[in-house]
Amino acid sequence: MTVHTGIHTRSAIKTRTGIQPISAARRAKDRLVQVLVYLAFALAVIPLLSLLWLVVKNGIGRFDMEFLTHSMRNIGARDAGGGAYHAIVGTLEQVLLASLIAVPIGLLTAVYLVEYGEGGRLSRTISFFVDVMTGVPSVVSGLFVLAFWILVLGMPFSGFAGALALSILMMPVVVRSAEEMLRLVPRELREASYALGVPKWRTIVKVVLPTAFTGIVTGVMLAVARVAGETAPLLLTVFITDSINVDPFDGPQMGLPLYVFDQAGRPTDTAINRAWTGALTLILIVMLLNLVARLITWWRSPARRR
Amino acid sequence: MAKQIEVAGLDAYYGSHKAIEGISMTIEPRSVTAFIGPSGCGKSTFLRTLNRMHEVIPGARVEGKVRLEEQDLYGADVDPVSVRRTIGMVFQRPNPFPTMSIFDNVAAGLRLNGRYSRSELEGIVEESLKGANLWNEVKDRLNKPGAGLSGGQQQRLCIARAIAVRPQVLLMDEPCSALDPISTLAIEDLISQLKLDYTIVIVTHNMQQAARVSDKTAFFNLAAQGQPGKLVEMDETSKIFTNPAEKATEDYITGRFG
Repeated sequence: MTVHTGIHTRSAIKTRTGIQPISAARRAKDRLVQVLVYLAFALAVIPLLSLLWLVVKNGIGRFDMEFLTHSMRNIGARDAGGGAYHAIVGTLEQVLLASLIAVPIGLLTAVYLVEYGEGGRLSRTISFFVDVMTGVPSVVSGLFVLAFWILVLGMPFSGFAGALALSILMMPVVVRSAEEMLRLVPRELREASYALGVPKWRTIVKVVLPTAFTGIVTGVMLAVARVAGETAPLLLTVFITDSINVDPFDGPQMGLPLYVFDQAGRPTDTAINRAWTGALTLILIVMLLNLVARLITWWRSPARRR
Repeated sequence: MAKQIEVAGLDAYYGSHKAIEGISMTIEPRSVTAFIGPSGCGKSTFLRTLNRMHEVIPGARVEGKVRLEEQDLYGADVDPVSVRRTIGMVFQRPNPFPTMSIFDNVAAGLRLNGRYSRSELEGIVEESLKGANLWNEVKDRLNKPGAGLSGGQQQRLCIARAIAVRPQVLLMDEPCSALDPISTLAIEDLISQLKLDYTIVIVTHNMQQAARVSDKTAFFNLAAQGQPGKLVEMDETSKIFTNPAEKATEDYITGRFG
């Protein structure tokens, strides 16, 4: 090993310790990848922002009290005014009912898979069919409820029939997300609880589920957001109406996605403007629900009390 | 309330793998018994068989007898939940419940098992925290989360949680291995106090610790990797550390292997 005096510091470092400065090529590669990542991010955000912008720009004009409190009864395509009250009520009821069906079943399924199944045949079978359900196109779930509930059992078109179709779509999402969250709960916590002489079911209810609560709520909200915008299954089960029907168990209802679909198909500007405002309302409702969920998880989180 | 444990011909399995074989011993009440031995020799597994925590792991099972004052813990009609209520456990890594406050952590075992009035709970929580030498440090922030404490405090919180249900035996699986020397000292002091009321069994990798805190020491070893662990010998701690009967014990203690 020879150390020359007069050689500039770079190679001097190299010869003394073997540690080298970052080469120019690696710096360039780093820059390049950084630029690509930012570019990809921008590409992903542009459609989102332009979509939001378009909906707000076109929808804000009719976003008024009349829109939020009136239905479309006796209002033709050419008439101004009218609103989506019937659709808002319908969407809220349908999504609530769908959640009431899908969340308990989905959560219990996830608890079975994580806490009791232990990789057995039944749990592997359930897991497989949950994956299959994830891939069911939304219109198929609507067709299924139409064929089974309405045609075979002779039930009327109703918000509840729509909720059944939506719950089929929600269930796999709830199962998968809750399962992931339950698996994240460390084994030590369960053991700590068992070692205190707490039975398994109480351990799950009082220790495991509260620990995973935040994640489960997030998963449920994702599922809600997913089904709140579904149109096809509702078209086949809820049907369409221009009147207010607050009873989700009897007779055709409306939903915001249906409202948008219906109004956008009419040939006048007033109708198309109503469609835009309906879309804006739907986005706002989903955002509001997300906000509520965030508040609940924040309120429940241990960080708040620290 | 301390009770004697008697183990006879105990084997423990993970699936088809036999982890420990043929262990028999008597653990005296109101004393500290230490388990020492190289990693993988089955001392933690054995400890977990004493309160039926071993079978919590899927595929794990036990053969043989464990008796608490003449009652077979593995009897057909014995509820493992009530066994664990009687024989408490403290784990290697402090594991307070993250969603619960300090108070709720200590009260957890009681609350999850039955109904207690607020004032009863307050009394037991204070007594348990005092018992775990933690009361003075946390009495002004009982409703803060347990996860906000330091590691040593968390471990003492876990000990308080374990003694709050008033067990008759306390099992400790390397309770100090994740702690600094000062916290370790605090826990060791605590162990010497607790042995006045409880039967204590402690697994440790630290032989000075075994020598400091225990009355009896059991040395476990395994013939080769993949073989089941066995009890080599068990005797008064002073005898094990000065004049063990077995050559393997002496080699281990003097640091010639393991």
